[in-house]
Amino acid sequence: MIAKLKRYLERLTFVDIVVQLFGWAILLVAIIGVIGSLHNSYYTKEQWMDFVVFGISQGGVYALIALGYTLVYGILFMINFAHGDIFMAGAFTGYFLAAKLDAYGFYNTHPIISLLLVMLLAMATSVVVALITERVAYRPLRRAPRLVPLITAIGASFTIEYTFRGFYGSGVEAYPELAIVAGKTTVLGVRILKVHLLVIVVSILMMAGLYFYVQYTKAGKAMRAVAEDKDVAALMGVDVDRVIVNTFILGAALAGVAGVLYALIFKQVHFFMGFIPGIKAFTAAVVGGIGNVPGAMLGGFFLGIFESLGPGLILEGLGIPASYQLKDVIAFTLLVVVLIFRPTGILGERLSEEKV
Amino acid sequence: MKKRWFILFAVLLAAVLALSACSQKSTYECTDPYGCINIGPNDPIKMGVAVVLSGPNESLGVDEVGGVEIAVDDFTAANKDWLGKHTIQVVKEDAQCSAEGGQTAAQKLAADKSIVGVIGTACSSAGEPASKILSDAHIVMISPSNTAPSLTDPQTHAECYLRTAHNDKVQGKAVAEFAYNVLGARTMATIHDGSPYAEQLQQVACDVFTQLGGQCVAQEAINVGDTDMRPVLTKIAASKPDVLYYPIFIQEGALITQQAKEVPGLENTVLMGSDGMISPDFVKAAGAAAEGMYLSGPAAVDDQNFNKKYEAKYGQEPPSAFHLHAYDATMMLLDAIKKVAVVDKDGTIHIPRKALCEALFSTKDFKGLTGTLTCNEYGDCADPKINIYQIQDGKYVPVWPQK
Repeated sequence: MIAKLKRYLERLTFVDIVVQLFGWAILLVAIIGVIGSLHNSYYTKEQWMDFVVFGISQGGVYALIALGYTLVYGILFMINFAHGDIFMAGAFTGYFLAAKLDAYGFYNTHPIISLLLVMLLAMATSVVVALITERVAYRPLRRAPRLVPLITAIGASFTIEYTFRGFYGSGVEAYPELAIVAGKTTVLGVRILKVHLLVIVVSILMMAGLYFYVQYTKAGKAMRAVAEDKDVAALMGVDVDRVIVNTFILGAALAGVAGVLYALIFKQVHFFMGFIPGIKAFTAAVVGGIGNVPGAMLGGFFLGIFESLGPGLILEGLGIPASYQLKDVIAFTLLVVVLIFRPTGILGERLSEEKV
Repeated sequence: MKKRWFILFAVLLAAVLALSACSQKSTYECTDPYGCINIGPNDPIKMGVAVVLSGPNESLGVDEVGGVEIAVDDFTAANKDWLGKHTIQVVKEDAQCSAEGGQTAAQKLAADKSIVGVIGTACSSAGEPASKILSDAHIVMISPSNTAPSLTDPQTHAECYLRTAHNDKVQGKAVAEFAYNVLGARTMATIHDGSPYAEQLQQVACDVFTQLGGQCVAQEAINVGDTDMRPVLTKIAASKPDVLYYPIFIQEGALITQQAKEVPGLENTVLMGSDGMISPDFVKAAGAAAEGMYLSGPAAVDDQNFNKKYEAKYGQEPPSAFHLHAYDATMMLLDAIKKVAVVDKDGTIHIPRKALCEALFSTKDFKGLTGTLTCNEYGDCADPKINIYQIQDGKYVPVWPQK
């Protein structure tokens, strides 16, 4: 034990020490903020719970998008920056169906069927867009250096965004409201908006489904095999291209569902809506440990709650005015702190470094 | 080798002689300290328009481009003799609704030495850098809808910047008076988005509201592009304000409007916004939640004549509230050009830049569609009349001041 500690201290460089100190300083400031906020007791207990509930539902959406990042990274070691726009594609197409159904009155007379139809269409659109992107922008570059697909991903992102802008204009479209999820309800003594409840339930179901698929099916096994070593998996008779396509389909389908859920919460769609959730979900994936499926889920919820609770809990106690403008600062500071103390993310595997 | 140098020298000499001969043909000598724009006998007079032409606030820019183009048509029709072979060309740039957009658009326009003047920008955030860049290039700029007080503040005003929109010192006061006197509110909370327009406007409203005897219980801020407003609204709900005032733009404004209905503690709070959200796009985005909300904005001048022209040209009604301001700004600019321009015998038009700038600042009792315009030394030209509108059945209905 002492020998281990000694080795650790020997390997510590000056930069490490500075970075560690920086991390501790941020933590210290955060703790002071929390104490200050709790001391003020400006919010009631219900309001604190509201913050947590808002955070969980936002986090559910982040987690669904983050899964797409993490699945693709786990297999290709590539950040698919167009993923946020695949999410947008689903939400936008879902909007057109929802608006049509709403116009004929079907939307609110058969809410569950409508919702399923909208989700299926959104998933289908996202999947098609993702498959086209994979075929056109990523597959020709499978053997290229890792920076190359990263750049094409950014190009693909712009292409999708501005294609949708060209088709549907740059205005903000209002998503029709679903009457059965309007209003509030109480679950386990906590007040919650019905739409948030729906989002939380659906996202947890989707994630559970994905987890079982990856862990307990043959296709999931092939996926894990390819993630571990592409070449060996191919030698064992796994069709690598097929597994990669499968991965993109899975990630895109989840993004499509996330798109519909997001539109249900915020009741707006526009062509640029994928950008910020995309970046946040990427952050969530890195916080949780990129390449790791449960990590992306955890990272998503963690980030959502932190964003919602952070300004009130930390910044307010430090006496910072208009703290909600600094919401993104909180999210990205969280990323920095996690990466200082756990460079591979909360559930990150050491393995991924060896694989690279 | 020597021979080659000689030939080069001879060619250069010939070129110099030819050029000086050209300039001798003109009888006009430019004495303006900022230089002159010379428009050849067959060239168009070029003016720039830098407004928001993409993104969620596009309607604001489209509205203003319509005002500019109709003004150009009207001016051309009324001044056929003076223009002769010249036409007026409108160069459009997208200044977006951001400082970066304003900077890019202004730099592009400033690089074109034949641009006489610029109408724009739509948003104050774009106007701050644009006014500096264009004034440094000695190009006059008239904005139809920048309203942030800082733009015409004696300390920060750019030399050749003017506006036909109201100053938000007037609008903020109207909002505070309406909230205090008409709604009977005693506590107010505000949200801005960090843009100079929203930040300064809510500050003016808060200051006046406090002077009247009310109390500003919270001044919060969000970011452009934020979607989850519930946390910040929950924070505001803790102080239970009578009025929640958020003078921001369409996308975020619509989200706050919708989510405010769902946050416990804000049930009895009256929602108020301002002219950044006066657009059918806002009503479309916010849906039923916008019903009954109040918004301040420039007084509705229901100019049927103008609306007819607009509909004939673009096939729709003017989509926002500043088309008449854009029309007036363009007319002011073209009138001033006509006043200071010198026309040569061969039809060349010379426009001295400083004289043009001064002519605009000395505008007095200009009969425009928005009222009688007189510019002060810092560029405020508007005849400011503010109305408060209420959204009733998806329409903006003026409710204050009563006629």
